[in-house]
Amino acid sequence: MEEMKDVILEYVIEEYVEDEDEEMTYDTPLISGGIVDSFSMVSLKRFLEAKYKISIPDEKASPEAFDSVNKIVELVKEFIG
Amino acid sequence: MGYSDKVRKMYQEQIKGIQDAGIFKQERFIHSSQAADIEVEYPTGSSLKKVINMCANNYLGLSSHPEVVKAAHEGLDSRGYGMSSVRFICGTQDIHNELEKKVTEFLGTEDTILFPSCMDANAGVFEAILTDEDVMISDRLVHASIIDGIRLCSAMHDTFKHSNMGHLEKKLILYADKRLKVVITDGVFSMDGDTAKLDEMVALCDKYDAMLFVDDSHSTGFIGKTGRGTHEHCGVFGKIDIITTTFGKALGGASGGCVSGRKELVELCRQKARPYLFSNTMAPVIVAGVLKVLDILSQSTERRDKLEANTEYWRKGLTEAGFVLQPGDTPIVPVMLFNAKLSQDFSKDLYDEGIYAIGFFFPVVPNGKARIRTQISAGHEIHHLDKALEAFIKVGKKYDILGKTKQEIIQMYGL
Repeated sequence: MEEMKDVILEYVIEEYVEDEDEEMTYDTPLISGGIVDSFSMVSLKRFLEAKYKISIPDEKASPEAFDSVNKIVELVKEFIG
Repeated sequence: MGYSDKVRKMYQEQIKGIQDAGIFKQERFIHSSQAADIEVEYPTGSSLKKVINMCANNYLGLSSHPEVVKAAHEGLDSRGYGMSSVRFICGTQDIHNELEKKVTEFLGTEDTILFPSCMDANAGVFEAILTDEDVMISDRLVHASIIDGIRLCSAMHDTFKHSNMGHLEKKLILYADKRLKVVITDGVFSMDGDTAKLDEMVALCDKYDAMLFVDDSHSTGFIGKTGRGTHEHCGVFGKIDIITTTFGKALGGASGGCVSGRKELVELCRQKARPYLFSNTMAPVIVAGVLKVLDILSQSTERRDKLEANTEYWRKGLTEAGFVLQPGDTPIVPVMLFNAKLSQDFSKDLYDEGIYAIGFFFPVVPNGKARIRTQISAGHEIHHLDKALEAFIKVGKKYDILGKTKQEIIQMYGL
């Protein structure tokens, strides 16, 4: 599972982090911390669905569920089964 | 059920939540015309206070210009007050058509359609011209009204990092298979005052066969050598597929907006854009005022030149005083304070000194990037700017932030 965490963290940094000095961990708040705005979350959802061959229903893709890499991993695991 | 006590309580709690979060917005009543010098009742019920307005979108100082007011009076007398109809039934006058032609000429496009506001233009345009076979790729800092327009459209949507052309190119490659691609940006970004790299965006759009959409609301009338907008400034005049802009800022500041661009896209808006179809357009009095504004701007660049000189003076004064500014060269000059409470306290102290400038903080701007957003006007005289600068320095000294770096201010006040 470490690998999934790293893959997602790497994507988040590449896709969203503007300030290179910003320290990012698996628990860094993404949405509530203002790093990912809820409007831009869509590309993250699309990435997860394509990468892990899953489909995340919109009602499950809430800002809370996407608020940290650790939370995203939990969500993805739920759908990988 | 009706509006029961339970329902009322639910809404009261929601409002309290906004107050507790410190993001409750309160209006300040201005008792004079919009100008550099205004008379304000704040807090509500207090006696009027004369202050210098440093936060209006009145970039060219035309909101209360005598010639514009006179033209509006004449429009009111000759064309009446209201239309009582949407455009395509019996709500179009000759002056609406005249304004659309003049705006087209001013912006260097093929055609123009008026909307009740630029918010409406942005809300209606995407749905009218795109389908679920298409993709919209927007800068992450575009205006809220564009976000609403995107949400109302069935086309796929993605974003790119603010002004990051490498990231935009990646997205254009990613969506190569889409029928139509539209890249969406503001011309000048309202919170930071920075300018979109339209020259690079036009090149990328050409390379990857995409259309370019620019909301130039914070540019039209004063950015570029003759004030035509960001496309003039970036050397791509005539090359933007869709421009939306407002008449509620530099161009007289009343209300109204438009979509201006390729004639087929404008025609589709006329046929399909819902805010155009289901709402009255701009009132005749406002159309008459905007026509006069465009006349004034077409005759001389004096006002935008003065605005440019004022902006330079203001930015230089603040920099020499030791404030941290968001870099840029537009009349939006954000004084960075980083801490939300500091931005509110600073704004309040400025008001006590006779300067009206608002502090912005999360979620209006990113967390930890609170600021006082100042906006310069051609209506400002040097004595206005000097007085404002004096007040900024006095308050800056009080909080001991002059000459301090971003890191030092954050260290003192936190994020």
